[in-house]
Amino acid sequence: MSSSLSANRSRNNPQAGTTSNPASARKRRRGGGDRYVRFVAKPLVFVLCLVPLGWVVWQAVFVPGGLGANPIDAVNRHLGDWALRFLLISLAVSPIREITGWVVVVRFRRMLGLFAFFYVFLHLSSWIGLDQFFAWQHIWADIVKRPYITVGMLAFALLIPLAATSTAGMIKRLGARAWKRLHMLVYPAAMLGCFHYYMLVKADIREPLIYSGVLAVLLAWRLATRWRPWSVRRRGAMATPAPVRAP
Amino acid sequence: MLTRTKVQSDARPSEITPRAVYVDRRRFLAGGAALAAAGVAAAALPAQAAAAPAPFGGMPGPKLGEIAHSPLSTDEPQTPFDTVTHYNNFYEFGTGKEDPAENASTLRVRPWTVKIDGLCANPGTYDVDDLIRANRLEERVYRLRCVEAWSMVIPWVGIPMAEVIKRAEPLGSAKFVAMQTLLDPEQMPGQRRPILEWPYVEGLRLDEAMHPLTILAVGLYGDVLPNQDGAPIRLVVPWKYGFKSIKSIVTLKFVEEMPPTSWNRVAPNEYGFYANVNPAVDHPRWSQARERRIGEFFRRDTLPFNGYGEQVASLYAGMDLAKWY
Repeated sequence: MSSSLSANRSRNNPQAGTTSNPASARKRRRGGGDRYVRFVAKPLVFVLCLVPLGWVVWQAVFVPGGLGANPIDAVNRHLGDWALRFLLISLAVSPIREITGWVVVVRFRRMLGLFAFFYVFLHLSSWIGLDQFFAWQHIWADIVKRPYITVGMLAFALLIPLAATSTAGMIKRLGARAWKRLHMLVYPAAMLGCFHYYMLVKADIREPLIYSGVLAVLLAWRLATRWRPWSVRRRGAMATPAPVRAP
Repeated sequence: MLTRTKVQSDARPSEITPRAVYVDRRRFLAGGAALAAAGVAAAALPAQAAAAPAPFGGMPGPKLGEIAHSPLSTDEPQTPFDTVTHYNNFYEFGTGKEDPAENASTLRVRPWTVKIDGLCANPGTYDVDDLIRANRLEERVYRLRCVEAWSMVIPWVGIPMAEVIKRAEPLGSAKFVAMQTLLDPEQMPGQRRPILEWPYVEGLRLDEAMHPLTILAVGLYGDVLPNQDGAPIRLVVPWKYGFKSIKSIVTLKFVEEMPPTSWNRVAPNEYGFYANVNPAVDHPRWSQARERRIGEFFRRDTLPFNGYGEQVASLYAGMDLAKWY
């Protein structure tokens, strides 16, 4: 059942071998890959990003005692954990792209960042709506009097403009340079998030230290590769920043 | 380490059942049965943790004898047994709330001795069972308020600490009682890390220790104290934050100076010696005005002295409780 065409087809790329022109073959490959990302990989990753939320909702609704003796606290901590994790994951995208050469991860960075914002928002909402149950006086008093809550609110506030300007349209409106500078706010936001966690534990600082350590590595990488005085020495391709395009 | 005391064949005077107990034994038995029934009913309440594994690791102690009711108990709804035994701060077994239930089976609760010494006329090293037998067991249903702003209502079984202190005959120079938890990283894996300075130490002013509310607890819900709740013997001081109620006690010493306490060592600006529950004095990092009663959705207002103000406020008359937190 072999034909001359199928003999030239490889399993991974059904369009390879159908033409002898390498440039148009590359273009077709990129086109097919783009559809795969947009309609398969991204929805898959989107669903995966919802799993932490799905898990906690499932436990709360269907598993009696699944969240332990203090379910409100458990929900709040779970959402906070994943907010920090998604922040760190989204900050890991650029290093992964540049170290492994795996360019497609950049296309997921916006989604990951928005999920970080989403989980921060849920974490804050669970505090306001479940733990404090909209007791606005107590909530306001806590925000101003409790440093770890002030720090947390600040981290959330820093992420709001980032979420609001996450679209391709906003990149165009702001211009690539201004947009990039604005989105550097993710660095203090992540630092404040780690600090918030560190400030609220009583004595066991291991987990906050782990998150802070990961963040330190991710920030150190950026310092080493992008800070002009250091990065000039590196190969030319790395020293010039990649153009900003909508993921 | 724990030492074995000599076993005597004759009954010790302390082992003779007090006449009052003997005469009223049927009432005590009925009380014990009611307790057990209440415990079973409470444990059957839905929406809490799934069936708990056997809470008594190692060798369990002897069954508790007759248990008397006490007018000092509260009649508020009690926190279910599964919750009381699966939501614990007992860093010797891990810092997660469910770690002690998972890890405390390595604790060997027998043989267990409590050394009582210091500024007293009658020091001694007692097998914990002797201590229990020498006193009348009482059920005390107390509120317990953690410094983390959650609380429970727990039916402890214990002996008044005042009885133990009176037998030791503290000298006039004794102003405080200092207590210590077991130090044994093999049995207590959490002690392998310096999260706190081990062993855990706590102390009370002598009048606080002598107060009728203060008990040494040996049981829970009519049965022997599970390991994760501080077996085999622990302090319960219901008008103070939970960290004052030191668990798995091995020494009790009468001293003249205010003794060091573990959480005060960690953060002296956050945890004081007195640690009386006080909604007007916030923890530096969080408010103490409200608390979550475990099992309830809405927070509730915290009461001064955890609601025991009528009985204990006089101990602190004239003291600036914001200074002596």
